[in-house]
Amino acid sequence: MELILFYIFGGLALAGALGVILFKNPISSAFSLIACFFGMAALYAMMQAHFMAVIQILVYTGAIMVLFVFVIMLLNLNVEELKEKVPSRFFWLCSIFSSVGILGALACVFKGHELSMPEVDNLYGTIETAGSLMFREYWFPFEILSVLLLVAIIGGVVLAKREL
Amino acid sequence: MVSLENYLFLSAALFSIGLLGLMVRRNILVLFMSVELLLNAANLAFIAFSRFRGTLDGHVAGFFVIAVAAAEAAVGLAIVIAIFRNKGTVQTTHLKMMKG
Repeated sequence: MELILFYIFGGLALAGALGVILFKNPISSAFSLIACFFGMAALYAMMQAHFMAVIQILVYTGAIMVLFVFVIMLLNLNVEELKEKVPSRFFWLCSIFSSVGILGALACVFKGHELSMPEVDNLYGTIETAGSLMFREYWFPFEILSVLLLVAIIGGVVLAKREL
Repeated sequence: MVSLENYLFLSAALFSIGLLGLMVRRNILVLFMSVELLLNAANLAFIAFSRFRGTLDGHVAGFFVIAVAAAEAAVGLAIVIAIFRNKGTVQTTHLKMMKG
């Protein structure tokens, strides 16, 4: 049963990821990526990473993808601008070969370890335990991260503003 | 029962799809989406290893990855808007001002 769910949601994530690179229109790519993120959030929930599943849907599909779709709509690209220069067949072959090579190398590293997931208690992956670890062990990176986000906000405003 | 191997294979497949998109596409918005795919593939591996070890450190790392991805998207899309305003295109083949 669990394996069937894994194949369903993993297939959704893979199909979404393929859609991102195959659709010509960026809006279709963006919606395809949203489907991929939903599949991955379901996989996180299957691994009892409830906090990460919620964050994935709230921050990724909720905030980041809305930003993407908003920018695509704002640019208002016409058909001429969406036309891409198609790479040569040799370039396609090289790209597919190298990415399949990466996949093969990773698969060689990962295969042969039929490691089953251990049992964990009910508190694993809840917001309370994850937050407690974050503010006990990782409080300094967390504070640095808030500075980074502030810098990103200011940088975004400065870059997107026509004139200061 | 789903093993660690299944999740790692899925993560590797998502990573190579994102890499392929980064190499063959020319639209800068789709390139950004491919980068998000790469980050998500790494996140899936983080969570799977974290679940396998029974600790939560991978979750915190994944949380940091998501926050950095949000910052990257905000700055990157602002740059896309600035480029489109100045050059009138989002195709990387037309952007040659840094070619020298």
